[in-house]
Amino acid sequence: MDLTYSPAEEAFRLEARAWLQANVPREPLPSGDTAEGFALHRHWEKRLFEARWAVVSWPRAYGGREASLVEWLLFEEEYYLAGAPQRIAQNGIFLLAPTLFHFGTPEQQQRVLPRMAAAEDLWAQGWSEPNAGSDLAGIQSRAVRDEAEGGWRLSGQKAWCTRGAFCDWMFGLFRSDPVAERHRGLTYFLVPLRAQGVTVRPVGRLDGDAGFADVFLDDVFVPDRDVLGKVHDGWSVAMTTASSERGLTLRSPGRFVAAARRLVDLCRREEGRHPVDPVQRDAVVRAWMDAEAYRLFTWQTVAKLDGGGSIGAEASVNKVFWSEMDVRLHETAMRLLGAHAELGEEPWTRGFQFSLAGPIYAGTNEIQRNVIAERLLGLPR
Amino acid sequence: MRFAFPPESLAIRDSVRALLLRECTPGRVREAWSNADGRVPGLWAQLAALGVPGMLAPEERGGLGLTELELVLVMEESGRFAMPEPIVETAAVAVPLLRDVDARDLLQSVTSGAKVVALGLAESPFVVGAETADIVLMEQAGEVHAVERRTIRLEAHPSIDGSRRLFHVKWQPSRETCLVYAERGKRVVREARDRGAVAVAAQLIGLARAMLATTVDYVKARHQFGKPVGSFQAVKHHLADALIAIEMAAPVVYRAAYSLARGDAQASLHASMAKAMASDAAELVARQALQCHGAIGYAFENDLHLWMKRVWALSAAWGDATSHRARVSRGLFEESQAGGM
Repeated sequence: MDLTYSPAEEAFRLEARAWLQANVPREPLPSGDTAEGFALHRHWEKRLFEARWAVVSWPRAYGGREASLVEWLLFEEEYYLAGAPQRIAQNGIFLLAPTLFHFGTPEQQQRVLPRMAAAEDLWAQGWSEPNAGSDLAGIQSRAVRDEAEGGWRLSGQKAWCTRGAFCDWMFGLFRSDPVAERHRGLTYFLVPLRAQGVTVRPVGRLDGDAGFADVFLDDVFVPDRDVLGKVHDGWSVAMTTASSERGLTLRSPGRFVAAARRLVDLCRREEGRHPVDPVQRDAVVRAWMDAEAYRLFTWQTVAKLDGGGSIGAEASVNKVFWSEMDVRLHETAMRLLGAHAELGEEPWTRGFQFSLAGPIYAGTNEIQRNVIAERLLGLPR
Repeated sequence: MRFAFPPESLAIRDSVRALLLRECTPGRVREAWSNADGRVPGLWAQLAALGVPGMLAPEERGGLGLTELELVLVMEESGRFAMPEPIVETAAVAVPLLRDVDARDLLQSVTSGAKVVALGLAESPFVVGAETADIVLMEQAGEVHAVERRTIRLEAHPSIDGSRRLFHVKWQPSRETCLVYAERGKRVVREARDRGAVAVAAQLIGLARAMLATTVDYVKARHQFGKPVGSFQAVKHHLADALIAIEMAAPVVYRAAYSLARGDAQASLHASMAKAMASDAAELVARQALQCHGAIGYAFENDLHLWMKRVWALSAAWGDATSHRARVSRGLFEESQAGGM
């Protein structure tokens, strides 16, 4: 057991901190879930890439630093403590990239990853459909073989695609074998959103931003080189992405540690203005402790991974905890703000609305609890 | 950075687990509710043979020279088996206290298992096991006194947990009984409280893990509507919540042990986080375990209540979750340490 950072890790942290301090925009960017904000965030992603901070854990050849998991966690802590912009590249670099590293051909990796790292291509996720949400294996969008052209023709509708109205590409699952059992017969495709036959319709979120999109596909041609993994094997390919989404990579503790510190600061500020109910102070302390607990839990997970272990269903424990912690944390902030919580531009109020998505996306927490009960506790289906 | 216990530490845990699996069965825990001293006959000598009471004493004083890291693993096992022995009082608190105040003879006899200690720290209204202890360590105004059992007067207060024999103690401090006082006394008392809180937090984690495992077995076996009740989502979600609470609290307890072992400046803050989170987690697990057992869990003949009542006792002892969060709050707001680590 050693909970200290090595000199190399400390140096890495300080280098990240120095760069962020010098480069994070003084004024927050407009939301990356609007057209204008998306362009500004893409510019920010490019700056991250140029300074080799976009994909720190990736190989150097793709613009990374080959950072260890611990270093990656340190970078994330510094990133959020610096108040740096949201990562609009995250669905690509945290969800698709691990799958590409695992299943992609060398040609795919060389073609896709550098452009992803450089924010030349930004990626949306195409999982859910109008009739396939929690029951993801109910996907109906079709992929029909086009032998003559050497590829597939995709048709159907993908729903709730995050920033789908602005992204360049989408990764998603399509039914390539209509007669196979539900979990079989799906194939994982990389789909250019500018291709002929693709229609994207922005959909407003709870906070009013057009952060979602419906993506309609009408006989969209995708060549064989954009099939990820084996044909009809998309379910197992996708599940590696799913556990990174629920687990370590999408929600590193840095973001909650930073939010918890801001909550403590908010409470202090409010206490300077008026008496704060001890119950609210207690909720602040709980939120801060929860963020610390999640951080320690993550270190434990990292040690497990470094020791050759893997995380599968354990990722569901992370997902339920961080998403519900995030809601509690923001609810506490709203109560501290009192009547000011109603203001639409109040960052905590915007954060509160966003936090409410957490228990729903990346697999609802009801599904996650089923996974925990069945796969970690061994309860019968 | 490596958040994992070394194999040597895990080996010590495993040897204690093997002993308790054999000797500290639910039946014996139940017997301890109604016997003379609330303990398992013969178990202390076997723990002493493994070196457990004196694990934090230096080797030249007959101890194992280990740290809070190994201690916390052993404590978790003692909780898992609801062991009704004064292990927190002895191994986690009295032994390092006697070590630090250099009370050699007493340390030697406690480490060897020859003498059993009870604790009367000022924050607790009760002394557990005072009647059958040889020595009671009493705190008063930052002084710690070692008092012989025969010199004190006791008033029994039955606990909800029949194995915990609680007493109010009437005693007289004297120059002869005083082990430590003044500034050093305050530090020793603070460290005693932190070690006790972390040790009990680890026991709560062990108790919670055991209750969850028992409940999982039960809901797999119990059938209603023609299928195991564990196949119903309402039951699954209760138990998933129980697991999440344990998984998030346990690393906080382990980190507190690490900080104590290193004498970290924030060890007290970390100890309070550990006790607060472990208390809340164990209470939640107890509640879900009872609910998922249904009526059988409410029956006195079922063993579940032995574990639940220990949880209720220990989550309130050594500072409850609210009081420890208040301590964390003071650390956060008054000493501006929002930086955490």
